[in-house]
Amino acid sequence: MSTQQGTSPAAVTATTEGQFEPKIIAFCCNWCSYAGADLAGVSRLQMPTNFLVLRAMCSARVDPEFVLRAFAKGADGVLVLGCHPADCHYIGGNYRTRRRIALLKMLLEQYGLDPDRLHLEWVSASEGVKFQSTIKDFTEKIREMGPNPLKEAEEESARVQGEPHH
Amino acid sequence: MALLDIDEKILGVAAIADIAFWPIAVDTKLKDVEAMPDKSITLTLYNGAIRNSENEHVAKLLRQKSALVVAFGSCACFGGIPGLANVTNKKDLQDYVYNKTFTSVNPQGTIPQPKWDGPEGELTLPVMYDTVLTLEDVIDVDYFMPGCPPTTDQINGFLDVVTKHLTEGAALPPKGAVIASQKTLCDECGRTKEVTTIDKIVMPYEIKIDPKKCMLEQGIICLGPATRAGCGAKCLEGNQPCRGCFGPTAEVLDQGGSMLSALASIFKTADNETQLSEDEILELMTQIKDPLGTFYAFTMPKSIIKRKVKEKKAVTQ
Repeated sequence: MSTQQGTSPAAVTATTEGQFEPKIIAFCCNWCSYAGADLAGVSRLQMPTNFLVLRAMCSARVDPEFVLRAFAKGADGVLVLGCHPADCHYIGGNYRTRRRIALLKMLLEQYGLDPDRLHLEWVSASEGVKFQSTIKDFTEKIREMGPNPLKEAEEESARVQGEPHH
Repeated sequence: MALLDIDEKILGVAAIADIAFWPIAVDTKLKDVEAMPDKSITLTLYNGAIRNSENEHVAKLLRQKSALVVAFGSCACFGGIPGLANVTNKKDLQDYVYNKTFTSVNPQGTIPQPKWDGPEGELTLPVMYDTVLTLEDVIDVDYFMPGCPPTTDQINGFLDVVTKHLTEGAALPPKGAVIASQKTLCDECGRTKEVTTIDKIVMPYEIKIDPKKCMLEQGIICLGPATRAGCGAKCLEGNQPCRGCFGPTAEVLDQGGSMLSALASIFKTADNETQLSEDEILELMTQIKDPLGTFYAFTMPKSIIKRKVKEKKAVTQ
């Protein structure tokens, strides 16, 4: 799809030496948001290239495990994009998503992560511009937040555990 | 201790096996184990999480000396309840225990040191780790027997398998097998389930629990849907909700994520759903007071995000 052109996994990693480039995973539902992303692409709307799109059949298919795993693997931010309320292809998938994301944010906070690293947005198939602004705003927000603290914590924990044994 | 729960069957164990090392029941010293040839212990049931250098040393020693190592109980398998210490760290824990409790009087700020040079020579203590680890994090594990504690059925069943292997040469389960069921606890639970949605969460003491009806249906958080079966739903028979000690099911990595998903999904959607704001949804979900402590009561060190981290920059609202 067009928005993905030039956004290879390698391109999502840090580009400029020393400058923090956020890595963002964007889960898009097949019926609305993925089409919205496509529209943004064919409309040639400019946006940062820090994100990777993963298509799911419904935002409710985005298992909390996927989100946790994305963070554990080093994503600095995770976007979940679905159909507007009352527009879900599966009637009420997005309502489940909404509850799950709210609960997941509570959980992330308990894990010490900023809950704003996870963001849910409704983007319809006709909202290419909204897709663009969502990506722009979220990338900026994550850039301000800085890197995902899990990456550093992993290195630190390896160091602390490595204390010599008697 | 769980092993002693098998009652007179313990005599059968004594008939087929010499006990090499069992600190709670027999008086063997670690140096006796160190003197044994490698792989000379047939079976080690290792219980407890890895919390300090001594735990790690004993685990590695027993691995070296044993043919089979079983992670015995939820602490060895997933970190267990002590694993919830991963919401804090060694420094904060020690600071709290030695300086900050109401009854602490410690003007010199003395805390345990791993080494001390005294007139008697150098004295040592195990080094406490920052993070609670599972047994699998430090050694190769052959089998996993979850449960807090493992049930007598699991223990007897497994001991029978090992006995048959030793006496008749019967095959052992494949390496990495979990000595429990492949299904979720709901499969073993005898309670009936009729409706699929709830509108509020209650604490068990707030209602008179119907002993025949699904706990979740009554609004009580029960980890059944996200927990591996194999215990026979004993807690539920006792009118207590499942707290998840058997850990995640075979197909799932993260028990907490799995329960979070299930619980969020059974909250009723209202007629005015489209009018509800994100804040209202958040309010609905804050009925669950402590998601981490509830969903990961036994499995935090084994979860996808294994311990609490700290954001470098201040949270910008």
